[in-house]
Amino acid sequence: MSTRLATGGRLLNRRKQVGFTFNGRRLTGFEGDTLASALLAQGQALMGRSFKYHRPRGVVASGSEEPNALMNLGRGGRFEPNQRATTTELFDGLEASSQNHWPSLDFDVGEINASLSRFLPAGFYYKTFIHPRPFWKHVYEPFIRRSAGLGKAPKDRDVDRYEHFNIRTDVVVIGGGIAGLQAALTVARSGAEVLLIEQAAHWGGRAPVDGAVIDGRPADEWIAGAVAELEGMENVRLRLRTMGSGVYDHGYMLAYERVADHTLGDDRPRHRLWRIRARQIVTATGAIERPLAFAGNDVPGVMLASAVRDYVANWAVSPGDRTVIVTNNDDAYRTALALKAAGLEVPAILDARPSVSGGLVEEARKIGIRVEQGRGVAKVLGRKRVEGVAVCSQSGEGAVLEEIPCEAVAMSGGWSPVVHLWSHCGGRLRWDDSLCHFRPDADKAPTGADGQPVAVVVGAANGELHTGEILRDAAEGGATAARRLGREVEPQAASAEAEHANPMAPVWVMPQGAGHDLRAKMWLDFQNDVKVTDVQLAAREGFESVEHAKRYTTLGMATDQGKLSNINGLAVLAHTLNEDIPQVGTTTFRPPYTPISMGSIAGEARGELFQPVRRTPMHDWHEGNGATWEPVGHWRRPYAYPRPGESVHDAVQREVKTTRDSVGLLDASTLGKIVVKGPDAGRFLDMLYTNMMSTLKVGRCRYGLMCSENGFLMDDGVVARLSEDTWLCHTTTGGADRIHAHMEEWLQTEWWGWKVYTANLTEQYAQIGVVGPKARAVLEKLGGMDISADNFKFMDWADGELAGIPARVFRISFSGELSFEVAVPASRGREFWDLCLDAGREFGIAPYGTEALHIMRAEKGFIMIGDETDGTVIPQDLGLDWAISKKKDDYIGKRAQQREHMARPDRWKLVGLETLDGSTLPDGAYAVAEGTNANGQRITQGRVTSTYHSPTLGRGIAMGLVLHGPDRMGEVLDFPKVDGTVVQARIVDPVFFDKDGEKQNV
Amino acid sequence: MSEPVSALRGESYDGHIRVEEAGLRGMITVRGDLSSEAVARAVGEVSGVEVPGPNAANASDARGLCWMSPDELLLLVPHAEAGETLRRLSDALAGEHALVVDVSDARATFRLTGAPVREVLAKLTPADVSPGVFELGAFRRTRLAQVPAAIWMRDAQTAEVVCFRSVARYMFDLLATAARPGGEVGYF
Repeated sequence: MSTRLATGGRLLNRRKQVGFTFNGRRLTGFEGDTLASALLAQGQALMGRSFKYHRPRGVVASGSEEPNALMNLGRGGRFEPNQRATTTELFDGLEASSQNHWPSLDFDVGEINASLSRFLPAGFYYKTFIHPRPFWKHVYEPFIRRSAGLGKAPKDRDVDRYEHFNIRTDVVVIGGGIAGLQAALTVARSGAEVLLIEQAAHWGGRAPVDGAVIDGRPADEWIAGAVAELEGMENVRLRLRTMGSGVYDHGYMLAYERVADHTLGDDRPRHRLWRIRARQIVTATGAIERPLAFAGNDVPGVMLASAVRDYVANWAVSPGDRTVIVTNNDDAYRTALALKAAGLEVPAILDARPSVSGGLVEEARKIGIRVEQGRGVAKVLGRKRVEGVAVCSQSGEGAVLEEIPCEAVAMSGGWSPVVHLWSHCGGRLRWDDSLCHFRPDADKAPTGADGQPVAVVVGAANGELHTGEILRDAAEGGATAARRLGREVEPQAASAEAEHANPMAPVWVMPQGAGHDLRAKMWLDFQNDVKVTDVQLAAREGFESVEHAKRYTTLGMATDQGKLSNINGLAVLAHTLNEDIPQVGTTTFRPPYTPISMGSIAGEARGELFQPVRRTPMHDWHEGNGATWEPVGHWRRPYAYPRPGESVHDAVQREVKTTRDSVGLLDASTLGKIVVKGPDAGRFLDMLYTNMMSTLKVGRCRYGLMCSENGFLMDDGVVARLSEDTWLCHTTTGGADRIHAHMEEWLQTEWWGWKVYTANLTEQYAQIGVVGPKARAVLEKLGGMDISADNFKFMDWADGELAGIPARVFRISFSGELSFEVAVPASRGREFWDLCLDAGREFGIAPYGTEALHIMRAEKGFIMIGDETDGTVIPQDLGLDWAISKKKDDYIGKRAQQREHMARPDRWKLVGLETLDGSTLPDGAYAVAEGTNANGQRITQGRVTSTYHSPTLGRGIAMGLVLHGPDRMGEVLDFPKVDGTVVQARIVDPVFFDKDGEKQNV
Repeated sequence: MSEPVSALRGESYDGHIRVEEAGLRGMITVRGDLSSEAVARAVGEVSGVEVPGPNAANASDARGLCWMSPDELLLLVPHAEAGETLRRLSDALAGEHALVVDVSDARATFRLTGAPVREVLAKLTPADVSPGVFELGAFRRTRLAQVPAAIWMRDAQTAEVVCFRSVARYMFDLLATAARPGGEVGYF
């Protein structure tokens, strides 16, 4: 049993007890504990079940590399799955539960998978479940989904808030261990701005636990001094609980600050995502210890040697009375010394190397620890927890020489530099044969916009594993970063005594000659249950590329992304392929370093701020009068204004009738309004529109079509000529920004010599349509302008004042009615709207929404961009040849429209469609023809583009594109519906109502 | 009701900085060749200030000029004077190739006041708002979260944000969220 020691714990505040629950059980720990240390202190070694075989698992590590101790944290709006107990700071009221087990952590039915493990090797999904086909969906997948998996997905809306923070700075130093501190000090002394970030809640990394002595003082003292010095410098900022998450192009990087994970509910943002543009990035991210692959290395109680001494030194946790050390390097001896210093037993150090001496080895021997050379672990005894180890010769096949009872095993397979951030954006690695790890190749750093290196790697992350060398490397790295910014600084490093170390031995399988039975119990990837035999199987089956082997076995694919397993896994792969490790290479390191919350990525963009909603000056009135909304671009436009007790459909029908019979009011403010001015403006617009705009007279309006250079119709609207050299172009609501950009692009990239300026005035005006037979009467009541039939004709515009408000009135119509669109300054839009309502009251005026607008335009056969067009339709398809100038040499899209495909006679063309039974055709329905095509699909000959119930005509009307449509007036087409029935519709003229335009010419 | 009204009628929020809609401003977009002496003279005469350099504004109170792009300026006047100013400037630029339009009502303006004003901006814009870079008189077009905006440093503790009128509500909510107590970063 693990337990709390009576004294010690450099991170603990024993005066402050903290209460928390684990699987509903009330437990206590101390301030400064992590969830993992507190659980261990309470004797809770079993912390979860593995992904595939549901094996009992305990904590292996003490930091962010932890693969096993994943927890569900919190509840309801604060529920989070897959949180590492090792990086979860304990706080009062923390609720944690273990994952991936049923019915309980101690007794798990899924464990049966483990006894079936020989039938569930790597790739078993692909092989086993492929036949019979339907079984995958209905039998295998549901079973596997239930049995495999980690945490649950949160179900409730997140109650916390998150935010982004954008900064630029000279240098970011990632990692607040002694290397990061030394590098930050060096850079800071050059005068450059420095941001130093550390993912943990304290500075110094692992140097204090490892007993480092710096400048003749214990590491803790030197760290405190360094932090104090940095805090005193104006150009330095320090941030704890902030992880370097990713390094991207040109010095852009993300840092993930866990602001309030340990103080939940205090109304601070829970996480803050720092988006940093740095001129230099120093990665001082340390190194991670590797496990050893021996049978039963996943039994709870087997831990990394470094983690064991972390728990002892930082949190006063005993892993058990007796701990056996198994190692291939000197570093693990520190664990033996730490355990002894804490009064615990170390029955033996099993060192895989044949002969070791001096340094830490000598120290261990001196205090009476039994050091066994050339030995390894044949297998771990015990299932839910360690009961002992069977000792064997490392060079043999696993014959048991002796069994040593113990409660814990501390293993060390050597150290791998954390090269992730260095590698994210192109930093290269080289293999170090003596230390058996990949370390950064300083000559191949990620580069910035100028092609120069943008990152420096220092300390253990750079493959330096001794204190003195770490500090020297960090100072030099700091000086390098400063020099790249044009600053000189002496790389003055703190000092530490040289360390004696025996060379480590590469040990990838223990014992080296282990047979299949042992290898099938050696875990490489704990979280994803990948064993030595799985990787070997993948190699045998031809998955020789490391990326293929990864995907076949799932090695390194879990939430820890193989922080512990990658090097061991690829070493086994290389060995099986009889290749060198560097030849096999690594998988790709991708951000984020550890998972970051979705909330932090979203930042403030949630709820009301999820997307900007654009509002017209009359928005509040619409809202207050029951409008139902239609999103158009980012705008919200009223779809209809149902009255109390009225359905939306009925409201739409009423709005159309009111407008056709008397007068309606439309908020048309969202229409794009772009001013185009200059000596070349006319010529420019002639190129932009298919028809002629340069001949338009001042004071007049003209409807125009705009095509892309591929000939497709992309926008339409009314153009008004304001003066000799100025035009006002109306665009569709969704088109305003796009068309403005389109204009600027042509002006800036193609016709940069033309004298034309544009300005987007969409939001300057509230634009209100006053529409219907009584429209003139309403505006005349407001008074101020002569809008009589004689003096203000169809397609005229005029400036003036209405009811004392500056107004520009356009006599244009999209409904077929007598219609005026009035543009007033946005700041007076609501006022003008209210005045219109007042003036129109005697006529029964009613506002109408976009659906009534659509019905009225469809009754008149007017096309709508986005309904009749979909990016594949040219104006000629829509019978708009009248709006294409024959006189012009060119316009954008002209040449494309002459292509063979565009000029074919069998393009589908616009017609009206009238159902025989008066019903309304389904939107998007296809007209079928006889026969089937090569794929066995029914041949089609047309489709519905717009369809409505017309209250004016009392029947369904539709527009559609039909093969040879205009030549087939009167023919009846079949439109199958999704319910299997067929609607028949007759091809008719698309203008259903008032063909001669008498209503608008009054 | 016969006065022009701003989008949010001066709504305000007090967080760790104060956020308030600053009301209507007279704003006139001037597009023209800024290197042309005639254009500079006309604009200078009507505005009463020199044409500012890139990413800067020359202004006192409600009057001045803001640099928008190599061929665009924003002229500021009190809202009531926008129409008259537009006419004067149009006359002054007659014969020049230039575009002068009133955009007063197309915009919303917010004033941010308080020591951590840079922090609130840094939560929303990728632009560099550090002291020494974004100083008194600096005026930048950028984005705040998902919408375009211009930011303007008026003094050490005051910034202004100009955005399109239609997104005034979004902008206000955005700024208020960023200014909510508890979110202090303590960086600048």
